[in-house]
Amino acid sequence: MPQLGETVTEGTISQWLKRAGDAIEKYEPFVEIATDKVSAEIPAPVSGRIRELLVKEGETVPTGAPIAIIDAADAVEAVEQAEPSPPPGEASGEHGGERRVSPAVRRLAREHGIDLATLRGSGTGGRITAKDVLAAARPAAAHPAPVAGETIPLSRARRIIAERMVEAKRTIPHAWTMVEVDVTNLVRRRAAMREAFERDHGIRLTLLPFFIYAVVEALREYPLVNARYTDEGIYVHKEVNVGIAVALQDNLLVPVLRHAERRSFVDLAIAADRLIERARTSRLTADELAGGTITVNNTGAIGSFASAPIVHGGQAAIITMEAVVKRPVVLGEDDAIAVRSMMNVCTSFDHRVLDGATICSFINEVKRRLEAIGPTGAL
Amino acid sequence: MVVSAPSSVVNNVEAVRLTLYEALKSDPNVVLLGEDIGARGNVFLITKGFLEEFGPQRIIDTPLAEAAIVGVAVGMAMEGLRPIAEIQFADFIYPAFNQIVGEAAKTRYRSNGDYTCPLVIRTPYGGGIRGALSHSVSVEALFYHVPGLKIVAPSTPADIKGLLTTAIEDPDPVLFLEHKKTYRLIKGELPAGRYTIPLGKADVKKQGDDLSVISYGFYVHQALDAARELEREGISVEVIDLRSIRPMDKTTILESVKKTRKVLILHEDNKFGGIGAEISAMLVEEAFFELDAPIRRLCGPDVPPMGYARTLENEYMISTERMAQAMRELARF
Amino acid sequence: MSAFERYGLSDDQLIWLLRNMLLQRTIDNRGFQLNRQGKIPFAAGSEGHEALQAGAALAFQRGKDILAGYYRDLGLFIGIGVTPEEALRSQFACASDLNGGRQFPHHFSKKSIGLVSMSSVIAAHCTHAVGIAYALKYRGEEGRAVLCSFGDGATSQGEWHEALNFASVHHLPIVFLCENNGLAISVPLRKQMAIDNVSERAAAYGIPGTTFDGLDPLVSYDTVKRALDRARRGDGPSLIEGKVHRYLGHTTDDDDRTYRTREEVAELRKRDPVPTYEAFLVKHGILGQAQIEALRKEILREIDEATDRAEAEPLPAPSELYTNVWEGEARPWW
Repeated sequence: MPQLGETVTEGTISQWLKRAGDAIEKYEPFVEIATDKVSAEIPAPVSGRIRELLVKEGETVPTGAPIAIIDAADAVEAVEQAEPSPPPGEASGEHGGERRVSPAVRRLAREHGIDLATLRGSGTGGRITAKDVLAAARPAAAHPAPVAGETIPLSRARRIIAERMVEAKRTIPHAWTMVEVDVTNLVRRRAAMREAFERDHGIRLTLLPFFIYAVVEALREYPLVNARYTDEGIYVHKEVNVGIAVALQDNLLVPVLRHAERRSFVDLAIAADRLIERARTSRLTADELAGGTITVNNTGAIGSFASAPIVHGGQAAIITMEAVVKRPVVLGEDDAIAVRSMMNVCTSFDHRVLDGATICSFINEVKRRLEAIGPTGAL
Repeated sequence: MVVSAPSSVVNNVEAVRLTLYEALKSDPNVVLLGEDIGARGNVFLITKGFLEEFGPQRIIDTPLAEAAIVGVAVGMAMEGLRPIAEIQFADFIYPAFNQIVGEAAKTRYRSNGDYTCPLVIRTPYGGGIRGALSHSVSVEALFYHVPGLKIVAPSTPADIKGLLTTAIEDPDPVLFLEHKKTYRLIKGELPAGRYTIPLGKADVKKQGDDLSVISYGFYVHQALDAARELEREGISVEVIDLRSIRPMDKTTILESVKKTRKVLILHEDNKFGGIGAEISAMLVEEAFFELDAPIRRLCGPDVPPMGYARTLENEYMISTERMAQAMRELARF
Repeated sequence: MSAFERYGLSDDQLIWLLRNMLLQRTIDNRGFQLNRQGKIPFAAGSEGHEALQAGAALAFQRGKDILAGYYRDLGLFIGIGVTPEEALRSQFACASDLNGGRQFPHHFSKKSIGLVSMSSVIAAHCTHAVGIAYALKYRGEEGRAVLCSFGDGATSQGEWHEALNFASVHHLPIVFLCENNGLAISVPLRKQMAIDNVSERAAAYGIPGTTFDGLDPLVSYDTVKRALDRARRGDGPSLIEGKVHRYLGHTTDDDDRTYRTREEVAELRKRDPVPTYEAFLVKHGILGQAQIEALRKEILREIDEATDRAEAEPLPAPSELYTNVWEGEARPWW
């Protein structure tokens, strides 16, 4: 059925002018067709013999539908296939790797507290999609209740943690020691400072910055604790970059507070607070997670009394502050008994770099400084 | 005497015809003017029989002068008639450009409401019918920029009837675009009786969750075909028929994008500066944090529309396969 | 006193003509003065057109006819019912201006007196005038006509020809009035057209064409009236051309010294229609010289008061920018 007119979509056979079996000449009229725009006689496209008429008079068919078969006298015209041209090279947008996230992904991750580093992307090129984030946000997926007899698949984070822990334990010969610290005055001092500190600096004051400060000061006297074992020798770091361990739902992050040796107490407090906040809301950058020279861990916050942490690869020591507990303690030369706030400070260390003497001197220096913090005075 | 289609399933030509007929019958202020709309009944037979029924005062065969067709219609509208001017093909609208954008669109504003211009300009547009370089153009991008003008481009019979009825009764100038390829190709149910569809209201022709396709005109139908194909592959595509170019339905667009987070804008008109550009800018301004993929525009190439040879026209027009492929890529992004 | 052809006009009407001419000239001058004072950015003068416009305004039937004029028709607008207040408000672009201070001065719209809204685009209003005339005829309204006025430059626009063609095919109640002052800004007639009189074009459209002396208010009145009567009784369109002068530049932004000499202008001024008509009225005892002086003073005072009032009025509020784009409240896009 030919297209007779710009918008015509169908045609009706008004009258066949030839019969099946008739001979036909090219251009000879062989059928009358009517559409709602025009009626016309159609000339034959080829010379030959009409084999079969496919449509009855009065019947309507769409344009392009076959209406008759003609056996052409000479070679059959090649039927042209209209090849749709290949789509122009409009890239859907190649995005380099997983690093770039879309606005929706960033927003959803923040809203649901998802650490993007823990997700595997299902989009093009490994892209993390909004659906990936939402799937991770679903409670069931985040904390699969361990079902006895079933294997919980490893998340990416868990896999990475596992690899690092094994590596650290395998390469570093761990040793451990502990001291008790009387933090009664420290606790009082913190309580006294708290309100003004929050008003002036906008953050809640914890014991952590005091601890970090004491560690950093102690490192000035015992720089070997801020070092790394290499086959060529023990490399003593130039700066003190304190890793602060932060526990999340299914992950452990250790953001690094750089150049702690240059910072004032207030500066340390604010920087630590900021890093912990960013760790909790999955906004840490790669830079903020690298370059640590020593690590501290506030295991006391999760109720630990003593712990044996694993040294971070590339470092020589990790120091914990344990829970503050009120205990009866013997004081002074008179052997008086008093109730004091006591806090254990533990350290695991690389025995290749440090021996007992050095590390105990160091950790006792930390203790001394913490116990020296009085109700008033400079920090 | 004009006879209504016996069944309630009609094509787009019939939808325009029946709507114009009803308007002429119900409001004596409605007059039609244009080239060949009288005795010839319009080159697509849209006004066939109207001259005999309504007379030459109401069905005016104008001289061949597009600026005058619109300018005279502006005067009629200012004086209280409801003229419906026809430009025979959108490709011929350019001589009337000042009358449309400088006069009709500004009448209410420049007189601060003293005069108004309730005018409808109807014109067939679009390609895919071997119309070559003067019977294929899309003109909406030239006009949608202009404050004071309204533009609609429905592509189903039911939408045509509702929107044309509204346009005729609208107190402002409305450019009513009819995609000529859909004239006889697209058929659908035409609800009986008088009804209106408000301008500025898009229609979600298919619901979906994985991506939003925004389109209008002939391509809506191809998009629906492609979406149905993708449904079988497990991809759920939402297809929005804008219907109304100005005012445009921001609410429906935003709701859809918030749901699917991925957008494919599909239009036959040239890409650069087409409708898609405005929609993209709006989405980045207002839905930035909802977007999970760059906004994709699949549009006409930036060449004059469109070459006469079949191969040239097929290259210009976007096939259903190309649309499906773009949808697939976006869903998987 | 010698007899003169008064075309059926009473003495009051003869005086009305002068009044209108003086109002036009005074408001015009005031516009230029305000501009040179730095108080308004722009004014377009119509000095030289007073007689034609006063005569046409008198022929116009208020409440019946419709005027599709152009920006130099101040006399016509005043003559059919725009007040001096409204004229000054348009110059100052007050909030209370007929069109809210949106348009250039004198681009009036006042539907209540049949004054059609216009743009500055030359001849764009001619097809509108035709459409309006069509509507009048369509509704069977007898005794009503459209007066469409424009300058000589307009008759070169394609749309002007389209308008005459359409009007003549449909035999519409419309008068096409050309106010031929021989200049389109700086372009003189001999560069604008190959003919001597615009009215010669009428033959191309099968309608009557007449050229008349636009500096004579009585002849102007009569010619316009005949053409309007013809249209009102259903005898169809006509093209009438009044020859006038333009003594000033196109607008306050145009320095006509760049294209004509002061001598040329001085030569034209010899036939200035305002003093010419004043002398005519005195000569024929319609008005004494002292009465003319008093009339001038009274008009000046009227315009002074209108100026002061308009100057004191507020400009449109910024929020007024957004209304009346479409019906109802305009929103930015979206």
